[in-house]
Amino acid sequence: MNARAQASAAAPPGRDAERSPDRNLPKSPTGIAGLDEITFGGLPRGRPTLVCGAAGCGKTLLAMEFLVRGVTQFDEPGVYVTFEESEEELAQNVRSLGFDVEALVQQGRLAFDYVHIDRREIEETGEYDLEGLFVRLALAIDSVGAKRVVLDTIESLFSGFSNMALLRSELRRLFRWLKDRNLTVVITGERGDGTLTRQGLEEYVSDCVILLDHRVDAQISTRRLRVVKYRGTVHGTNEYPFLIDAQGISVLPITSLGLDHRVSNERVSTGIGRLDNMLGGGGFYRGSSILVSGTAGSGKTTISAHFADATCRRGERCLYLAFEESPDQIIRNMRSVGIDLQAHVDAGRLRLEAARPSLHGVEMHLAQIHRLVSEFRPSAIVIDPISNLGNTVDASAMLLRLIDFLKTHGITAMFVNLTASGGALEATEVGVSSLIDTWLVLRDIEAGGERNRGLYVIKSRGMHHSNQIREFVITSRGIDLLEVYAGPEGVLTGSLRASQEAREKAAAVAREQEQQRRQRELATRRAVLQAQIDALQQEASTLDEEIGVQTRQYTLATDTIEQDRRAAVQRRSKESE
Amino acid sequence: MSNEDSNGRDASAEADEASAATPEQWELRLYTAGQTPKSVLAFNNLKRICEEHMPGRYQIEIVDLMRNPRLAKEDQIVAIPTLVRKLPQPLRKIIGDLSDTERTLVGLQLRSRSQ
Repeated sequence: MNARAQASAAAPPGRDAERSPDRNLPKSPTGIAGLDEITFGGLPRGRPTLVCGAAGCGKTLLAMEFLVRGVTQFDEPGVYVTFEESEEELAQNVRSLGFDVEALVQQGRLAFDYVHIDRREIEETGEYDLEGLFVRLALAIDSVGAKRVVLDTIESLFSGFSNMALLRSELRRLFRWLKDRNLTVVITGERGDGTLTRQGLEEYVSDCVILLDHRVDAQISTRRLRVVKYRGTVHGTNEYPFLIDAQGISVLPITSLGLDHRVSNERVSTGIGRLDNMLGGGGFYRGSSILVSGTAGSGKTTISAHFADATCRRGERCLYLAFEESPDQIIRNMRSVGIDLQAHVDAGRLRLEAARPSLHGVEMHLAQIHRLVSEFRPSAIVIDPISNLGNTVDASAMLLRLIDFLKTHGITAMFVNLTASGGALEATEVGVSSLIDTWLVLRDIEAGGERNRGLYVIKSRGMHHSNQIREFVITSRGIDLLEVYAGPEGVLTGSLRASQEAREKAAAVAREQEQQRRQRELATRRAVLQAQIDALQQEASTLDEEIGVQTRQYTLATDTIEQDRRAAVQRRSKESE
Repeated sequence: MSNEDSNGRDASAEADEASAATPEQWELRLYTAGQTPKSVLAFNNLKRICEEHMPGRYQIEIVDLMRNPRLAKEDQIVAIPTLVRKLPQPLRKIIGDLSDTERTLVGLQLRSRSQ
């Protein structure tokens, strides 16, 4: 969609539109990784292309690779006309890239011509033309049956001859001559002041112009390529970083940027059970990008190691890129918290790669990651950290490409970001937070003369996630997430939490003791009462007995009195007789 | 190269002195590409200058690159016509149709640039 929009914008409805067959425009693939994607097929076939840039930006290399790949991959022999370096020098320079040009020359598929013009030994005396150059070109082209020609750099002619008007008309004739022969030509040109080339070569080459740039930013070099113009066809218009390494030039991205990658519903564990719970119970989505940010010493690497460990435990491969520590150091440090990375390394499931971020430019890192990924085919990758990969613009552009690349390959990526102390925790220096699916923030919580670690989930796309801050402690068995104490005094961690807990415990004990005491007291009181009841009952029964005794005594006494009265009566009666 | 340069300067100094006195053999080669008006003109101009300045001491060889294209690369010829002074040393190249006699003489080092 984007490309089509560019095309309609790039092709005004005038004369260009008439002769813009768009996709019918025949193209010569360069074979250079990435360049054919950007140009949608290669350079215009049978037409000249201008490659310009400052000294040392890779013009010669690009031109040479175009020729060599033309020969080796597309069976199109080529001619290299050099104006600055001798054949031997050139061959030597490109040998380090794995191009054996001498062999190709011997096979008769590549021809060189070193056009050397020494102004000091030349005197101009009247009318002349550059027929000698044409003769040489024709001979070289015919000797190999060339389809591709490189002129590197034809601007040297301008310092060799003084008649500019003549030179310009001869150049015009040369380009016409090359076009008539249907040759695909790459012309290199040195960048001028405010112009694409010093001598205005773009005036002659109107079909395709590629600009190379080599910038050094904060002591890190980055090469870039931009298709300034490509008449009659769509092309990527951005600046693309490119690199030169043992395989030649590769322009990034190797794959086109898009948002059409498939997403997975599968969850992968974070390696920390309670963190999985915080993320809706399952962990990260496979193929998602995770950002772990925090200040120094907040435990980012340990979280990463847990994730790597969990990945390897599932029998999958994990690539761990360390920009700060050596692999041995990481292994040692993680062993101290109970994570045995060495076992995974030995089993071939974990690959630890270390590189200083300042060692390469951003584009080199990207290419390195590309290569490692295609070599090792990991299902997860950890980059620790991303924060010092370079300046903001470069690094975020690189990360955008990297994230895209990893997503299209379904690789779960964990990026570690070091936040500067005192800065906003919710800000990443490289500004990638919007590209991230799950963002974990580790923060220090300072209170009570202690520094404790807290973890929370800022966002996690596509899942319910906890909104709580958890305290996490690093133990000899790895990370443990604890519920934090949240009370009227805020979140308490560390010993404050511990003392709060102790206080609560003491209070509970006291309450229990009080309860028990009261229970005992009541029981005692009840026991006393019971005793009183018993005593009274005893007393009652004693009284009962007494009543019985008394009754019996009374009866006895009454009987005795009656008997005595009767006896007295009897005695009286006896006396009266 | 630097060696040749220093030799060249010596030789040119000698040539300047010698041009008046000692007879010297001149070996000249004119590169053309077919029979063009420019090359014909160049040859005529060269012949005239030689007759005037080095009668009987010169030798002109005409190389037609249309017939011997290889020589263009071997002898580093770009412009046509090119006159090459092979002898006396050092090698000098003069391009153009030689219609500017003064400059041709300078190019052949028969006359110094200051004059």
